[in-house]
Amino acid sequence: MSTRLAKGGRLLNRAKRVNFTFNGQHLTGLEGDTLASALLGAGQMMVGRSFKYHRPRGMVASGAEEPNALVNLGTGNRLEPNQRATTTELFEGLSATSQNHWPSLEFDVGAVNSWFSRFLPAGFYYKTFMYPRAFWKHVYEPFIRQSAGLGRAPEAHLRDEDTYEHFHAFVDVLVIGGGVAGLQAALTAGRAGAQVLLIEQTAHWGGRAPVDGGTVDGKPADAFVAAALAEMRGMKNVTLRTRCMGAGVYDHGYVLAYERVSDHAPGTPGPRHRLWRLRCRQVITATGAIERPLSFAGNDIPGVMLAGAVRDYAVNYGVSIGDRTIVVTNNDDAYRTAITLKELGLEVPAIIDARAGGGGALAEQARALGIRVETGKGVARVKGGKRVEGVAICAQAGEGAVLEEIKCDAVAMSGGWSPVVHLWSHCGGKLVWDEAQAMFRPNADAPPTGAAGEPFVIPAGSANGYLGLGDVLTDADAAGMAAAKAVGAKPKKTDAPKGETPEEAAIEPVWLMPQGAHVKLRMKAWLDFQNDVKVSDIQLAAREGFESVEHAKRYTTLGMATDQGKLSNINGLAILSDALGQPIPQTGTTTFRPPYTPISMGAIGGEARGKVFQPLRRTPLQDWHEAQGAHFEPVGHWRRPYCYPRAGETHAQAVAREITQTRGSLGLLDASTLGKLVVTGPDAGKFLDMLYTNMMSTLKPGRCRYGLMCSENGFLMDDGVVARIGDDSFLCHTTTGGAERIHAHMEEWLQTEWWDWQVYVANVTEQYGQIAVVGPDARKVLEKLGGMDVSKDALPFMAWADGELAGISCRVYRISFSGELSYEIAVDAGQARALWDKLLEAGMEFNVMPYGTEALHVMRAEKGFIMIGDETDGTVIPQDLGLDWAISKKKDDFIGKRAQQRSHMTDPARWKLVGLETVDGSVLPDGAYAVADGDNANGQRNVQGRVTSTYHSPTLGRGIAMGLVLNGPDRMGTVIDFPGTDGKTYRATIVDPVFYDKDGEKQNV
Amino acid sequence: MSEAVSALNGQSFVGIVKIEEAGPQGMITLRGDAGAAALQKAARDVAGVDMPGIRGIAAAGDRAIAWMSPDEWLILLPHAQAHEGVATLRTALAGTHHLAENVSDARALFRVTGEPARLREVLAKLAPADLHPDRFGTGEMRRTRLAQVPAAIWLDSAGEARVICFRSVASYVFDLLSVAAAPGSEVGFFDA
Repeated sequence: MSTRLAKGGRLLNRAKRVNFTFNGQHLTGLEGDTLASALLGAGQMMVGRSFKYHRPRGMVASGAEEPNALVNLGTGNRLEPNQRATTTELFEGLSATSQNHWPSLEFDVGAVNSWFSRFLPAGFYYKTFMYPRAFWKHVYEPFIRQSAGLGRAPEAHLRDEDTYEHFHAFVDVLVIGGGVAGLQAALTAGRAGAQVLLIEQTAHWGGRAPVDGGTVDGKPADAFVAAALAEMRGMKNVTLRTRCMGAGVYDHGYVLAYERVSDHAPGTPGPRHRLWRLRCRQVITATGAIERPLSFAGNDIPGVMLAGAVRDYAVNYGVSIGDRTIVVTNNDDAYRTAITLKELGLEVPAIIDARAGGGGALAEQARALGIRVETGKGVARVKGGKRVEGVAICAQAGEGAVLEEIKCDAVAMSGGWSPVVHLWSHCGGKLVWDEAQAMFRPNADAPPTGAAGEPFVIPAGSANGYLGLGDVLTDADAAGMAAAKAVGAKPKKTDAPKGETPEEAAIEPVWLMPQGAHVKLRMKAWLDFQNDVKVSDIQLAAREGFESVEHAKRYTTLGMATDQGKLSNINGLAILSDALGQPIPQTGTTTFRPPYTPISMGAIGGEARGKVFQPLRRTPLQDWHEAQGAHFEPVGHWRRPYCYPRAGETHAQAVAREITQTRGSLGLLDASTLGKLVVTGPDAGKFLDMLYTNMMSTLKPGRCRYGLMCSENGFLMDDGVVARIGDDSFLCHTTTGGAERIHAHMEEWLQTEWWDWQVYVANVTEQYGQIAVVGPDARKVLEKLGGMDVSKDALPFMAWADGELAGISCRVYRISFSGELSYEIAVDAGQARALWDKLLEAGMEFNVMPYGTEALHVMRAEKGFIMIGDETDGTVIPQDLGLDWAISKKKDDFIGKRAQQRSHMTDPARWKLVGLETVDGSVLPDGAYAVADGDNANGQRNVQGRVTSTYHSPTLGRGIAMGLVLNGPDRMGTVIDFPGTDGKTYRATIVDPVFYDKDGEKQNV
Repeated sequence: MSEAVSALNGQSFVGIVKIEEAGPQGMITLRGDAGAAALQKAARDVAGVDMPGIRGIAAAGDRAIAWMSPDEWLILLPHAQAHEGVATLRTALAGTHHLAENVSDARALFRVTGEPARLREVLAKLAPADLHPDRFGTGEMRRTRLAQVPAAIWLDSAGEARVICFRSVASYVFDLLSVAAAPGSEVGFFDA
């Protein structure tokens, strides 16, 4: 049993008890605990089941590297799966449940997988679920999806009740990691005057040093930490931040840091997480090192833990993992654990040191405390199931013949330390294999570089491969100095503080214990605890030809769990190297990718949820539309009224009513969303001649012309009415979704190709509210408002005039997208609602109604007018749509002209626009294809056309449609077939696309 | 003419700073050759101040000129005088290549007031611009974005910032600023 010791625990407040539950059981911890230390203190060693074999698992680490202790945290709207108990600070009322088992943690049916483990080797899925093929989709995949995964996603109806935010900041020097290295580096850079941000992922400063011992300038590490913090808190140019993890380092000094603002105190006002989006001139990675497990049989049994973690739990939290702890190691550091435990009065039956030569000063100290030290020995296997019961000792040099069994209830293992090089590596920093220390460390000659090729990341301390306190401080001081210089500060040369720790004997790499372990042992020697990858799996992958470390990783899933292989990667690639008979550096590492540990989706989304999920654009009349209960449809980021249904009316009925009213008398449309671009300058006419397919420079001031705009590839991209305002000035209307895009298109051509043309463009879309007054009574209502002459003579079709209506300054365009007598009236946006109200009032005698976008669509289709996005899809040229009349033959050039001369564009077999009338008056399905005789090379039915727009026309009382059809304009009267997805075949006659008022008499009155 | 209506009718919110829609504000976009004396004079005559340098804003009384790009400025003046201002500029610059457009109603203007550090924090949650006091003070103009929409920001004083956005997204920007100013969301980065 793990238990709470009577004394100790440097991070605890023993006076304050904290209540929490685990799997519904009420437990008590202390203020300052992590969930992991509280569980261990309460005797709960086993916390979950493994991913594949459902083996019982306990904590193996004490920090961010923990692979096993993942829990469902919280309930209801605060439920979150896969939370690491080791990095979860305990709070009153915390509720956690264990994962990946059924029916219970203690008894799990899935554990049968373990009995069949020899039939579930690496690549099992790929080998087993291949045949019969149809089974994958309907049998295997659903089964695997059901059984895979650790925590459960929250129920779909739940909503996260916390808030999240981003924060943008710019700093000279960012120091990641608040251990002694980070503190010293920040201090040095701060003293030099650089603007420094120092972040630490845990709630505490100082990292491992206070636990590991040693002195700084003759005083305990704690004293150094306190002094450094005190000095930096007094510096205006230094910002300190705990619970803030460096998540990723990106190009140009961009760094993401993940601040867990209130995870330790849920419900506190303010955001739960804050994602810092940092721009840094220099980044110092003082991210420390992570201890490696040793690969021996049974190294995953609850009670086997990293030696450093055993020490952390004892020193920081006053928790012992067991009464009798065996220490297994290949280096001197683990001796610290044995000494610590012994000094706390706990039993250490033996230290098993794989090195024949044993350790240095720390080993002497252990022996002096009366601890038995065995050298040249290893663990053959750990005995026990849900808990360690003992270890079998063997010669490290042999195959695992048992020399002796020793009873114990905990095993503290250490395979050496790996620098945390993740953040160094994210943006391209290279690594070098340090043979003497058996570790990958940053290669100072190949750092991540910035825009000018300058290094922008500096590793410091153990993250840079310096494990002794003295070296750590010297290196960190140098890192702080280098960063300060790089940002132009002038650091004064001072001596780094002097750190002292006992002399240590060299590590001897041990990748397998014992070195010649036979297959039965290798099948129980875990590399990746979370994904259940063993030594034998990697060896199998190597035998099957997965020689690249990246391939072996994906084949075996080594390092692909939520801990991203923090414990397993180095051991795994050492085993792979051995299997391939090549040195470790030749195998190399897999790619380190951000984030360092998983960050919440909430933090990534930041403030963007609920009403600020995305910007919704509102016209000056939006309030009115909403008050009328309009049904909206998205058009870009606008929400435009689709129709204005009345009580008891369907949308279709509302649309029909709006059309009938508009065609019969008077309708109003909010056209404010239409793009409006002012193009002005001596070369404006020349410029528009290049942008539009037709001639704009010949347009007279006071007149309007419909124009088409094509891309360089000749495809139709936008259309709209251009009004000439003055000799040098035009106003170009674009489609609703096109304003920003066409503005950018114009600027691109002006800035890159025709930079010497004298043209300025301004997007004035939102300056104006624009109201279309449409219908046979349109003129009458404007005359009622009074203020300007809107007669046919004063303001003929396709003319515009400035004036005043009902006392409001306006510009009136006589243009029509409905085929009716129509005026579009533009006023300053702040006047739009006033004009709208006046139009409604004056229009009462004509039974005026607003109409929505669907009525607009139907009316334009009745007139055979095309709609960008319906008749066009990026592959359609104006010629396909019978718009040859709008393509100037006189102009030397326009954007798209050359492309439209290419052979495929002039192919007479291109589908062309026609009208389509169903034989029985029904409505064609949107997007339906017209079939032709025979099949194509793929055995699919040949096609000869497709529907681009289709509606029920209340004006004509039947279905009308437009479509692109092979040789369509030459086949008027032909009936073609459109099979629907409803099993019916729709028969339609090819007709002229103008269904209504073919001569345009109504709009020209 | 009816009374001009701003996008949000002066809506306000109080959190760690105060957010208020500032009501109608005259704004003129002016484009032209920065080096042309005629342009400088015309702008000065309308705005009452000299054109500012790069990323700057020059203000005097109820008028100002803000730098928007190497050939674009934003002239601020009382709303009722914007149309007249445009006419004045066009007359003064007749024959010179330029663009002068009234954009008063195309925009919304917000006033953000409060403790200097809080005010910078609220904006830095939304804008990827460097708002550190060493690099962003009064007289500086930033064309940037607030979350997902374009915006321009400047400081009238240490405790008062102004934010311009497009009128159609005024409601979004008001909500954004309010969310960023939620009680308890102080960051503390600019306090040092």
